Amino acid sequence: MLAMRTEEMVLNMGPQHPSTHGVLRLELVLEGEIIINVIPHIGYLHRCFEKHCEAMTYPQIVPYTDRMDYLSPMGNEFGYAVAMEKLLGIQVPERVEYIRVIMAELQRISSHLVALGTYGADIGAFTPFLYCFRDREKILSLFEMTCGARLLYNYIWVGGLSHDLHPDFIRKTRDFIKEFRPNLKEVNDLLSHNRIFIDRTANVGILPVDTAINYGVSGPNLRGSGIKWDVRKEDPYSVYHKFDYDIPVGEGKYGTVGDSWDRYYVRVLEMEESCKIIEQALDQLPEGDVQSAIPKRIKPPVGHVYARVENPRGDLGYFIISDGSTSPYRVKVRAPSFVSMQVLNELCKGYMVADVVTILGSIDIVLGEIDR
Amino acid sequence: MMYDFLVDLFGNSTAASIIAGTIQSILPLFAFILPFALFAVYLERKVSAHMQDRLGPMRTGWHGWKQTIADILKLIQKEDIVAKDNDKLLFNLAPIIVFAGSYAAFAAIPFTSIFIGTEVDLGIFYIIAVTGIVVAGILMAGWASNNKYSLLGSMRSVAQIISYEIPTILVALSLVMISGSMSLHTLSEQQTGYAWNWYIFGGPGTELSKFLLIPFMFTGFLIIYISTLAEVNRTPFDIPEAESELVSGYHTEYSGMKFAMFFLAEYANMFAVSAIVVALFLGGYQSPVGYLGDLFNAPWLIPIEQFTWFTIKGIFFVFVQMWLRWTLPRLRVDQLMAASWKYLIPIAFVNLIIIGLITLL
Repeated sequence: MLAMRTEEMVLNMGPQHPSTHGVLRLELVLEGEIIINVIPHIGYLHRCFEKHCEAMTYPQIVPYTDRMDYLSPMGNEFGYAVAMEKLLGIQVPERVEYIRVIMAELQRISSHLVALGTYGADIGAFTPFLYCFRDREKILSLFEMTCGARLLYNYIWVGGLSHDLHPDFIRKTRDFIKEFRPNLKEVNDLLSHNRIFIDRTANVGILPVDTAINYGVSGPNLRGSGIKWDVRKEDPYSVYHKFDYDIPVGEGKYGTVGDSWDRYYVRVLEMEESCKIIEQALDQLPEGDVQSAIPKRIKPPVGHVYARVENPRGDLGYFIISDGSTSPYRVKVRAPSFVSMQVLNELCKGYMVADVVTILGSIDIVLGEIDR
Repeated sequence: MMYDFLVDLFGNSTAASIIAGTIQSILPLFAFILPFALFAVYLERKVSAHMQDRLGPMRTGWHGWKQTIADILKLIQKEDIVAKDNDKLLFNLAPIIVFAGSYAAFAAIPFTSIFIGTEVDLGIFYIIAVTGIVVAGILMAGWASNNKYSLLGSMRSVAQIISYEIPTILVALSLVMISGSMSLHTLSEQQTGYAWNWYIFGGPGTELSKFLLIPFMFTGFLIIYISTLAEVNRTPFDIPEAESELVSGYHTEYSGMKFAMFFLAEYANMFAVSAIVVALFLGGYQSPVGYLGDLFNAPWLIPIEQFTWFTIKGIFFVFVQMWLRWTLPRLRVDQLMAASWKYLIPIAFVNLIIIGLITLL
């Protein structure tokens, strides 16, 4: 038989592509439609966040943290506040901690809703996307009511909050959770347990436990591989130790543990756990002043601090070095999306072009955080 | 039929036959395909919007009914972009071929017992052959665009359409065996009377074989409906234009009126395949409940009623296509091929054999 000469094709996916979730460029090396190699090229959204911090005072950095993981600004602010308070050694009032937890968990729901919706859209089901965004809008309205902004809040400050809660906030949040639970079931019926969706995601992009740990993957991606590891439980911060909630992990219900479906479904289950935390926090919410602990002038002692929080995308860490002046000497952020993206090549090899979209959606990256 | 009528109308000469031929070939385009495509695009937007908790177009006219007209006007005015490295000839030819393929299929579709573009004895065969031309157009579009995404999209499209033609043909063949005719007009005529005479219910007649046929006809109906979904690239088989992977497949590089031709062909095709399913299984233009024309002794009313029934049935299946599109995710290429070669084709074969044995009874 005559051997046919074949050659590999390089397909450039992005930066302007509907399902790279931002301005990511993937260089796909293909053999037919089979992936040989995936090389991500990043930096299209680089804004010098870390370098910029060195020229700003500590409170001025807060609004910039919003712009990293723009689907979870509350989480980013929370992490920065936790790190700074550890550096300064201040204790914030209980009420502040409770409100921060409520906001962070609402933000986790809204962020996971975007992840779920866009994941459905990547696989071709456009309707769940709009259902998810409908519910996300309600959360954004709650945030708007609290601090006036819908996307970038500048709400959690070092030592306190910019505003106290709106008088209607508690009632409206309870209403939201009551409405949200049936809607979540609807999305589950429409997408999660849909046969075609399962065929597309189960046994695709399997992330083995040791690979995940070697790369330092965290958050829902790590839990999807079956490891019960969550910063909220392992390295508790704020008032998370006071609540009763579970850490869902991937079980390989429709395929292998650690496949795309597991990562997806961990997010679905986490939203339910977040609802539980919010309900408990609303019940226990103490009274008090939210701004009493805010320092007038932030001038931390010489030294350094590392603090981490569980963001919707994983373990978000801040490393801050202080030289005793009003601006940091150095800020380094450990971005969970950046770490998750490193496993993309391992996950994609041997699958088809259509699966790259599935796998990329399942690790749920935000380019604002990767490029910073 | 229509041709004879027109020739008589213009006074039986060579000129008359030319005029009649021209009118006959353009009439379906302006009388049906264009208005239908405009309506279908509007319907798609409204259906999707209401399924997704939105309103859809609301600003242009009452409930946005003028929206698609505005869109077509916009597309006509748009600049026709041809990239430097495109294969100019194939690039320009592709939308014409795709449109011609889906348009030609309308010639043999019986809208009423008297309004048929042309009565071809091999109607089913003709339609399957002529819609096959679309494949060539799609491949040309993908190749000439000189874009890797377009090429991938068109290759997938061709593989898909060819694989799904087989179960379609096998099911159509089983009907040919039962009816003894390949003409869609004859098939529709045989299903006259009431709804239980439709082929989905085993066809006309009261003998035992009719009742034996019912489950196999239902299977056949499901197979042909699924295959036609794949042939017109609708979800869950919309892989060729999977916007999340391939931007928009083979027509990524097209703009303006050329894009509109692909678009128009897509919606015309949606109706064409629904019409075939209707003509084969659901009585074609026949009314399920009898005619008002018979009741009031007004024979001129019957064709109008038949046209209405046919359009209603066709649009119902177009609606089901939309419904599926806005509910289901899409399959992957290999899963799509597996669905055809591993499931639909074997089932269609067995179905064909059993139906053959039953007709021998």
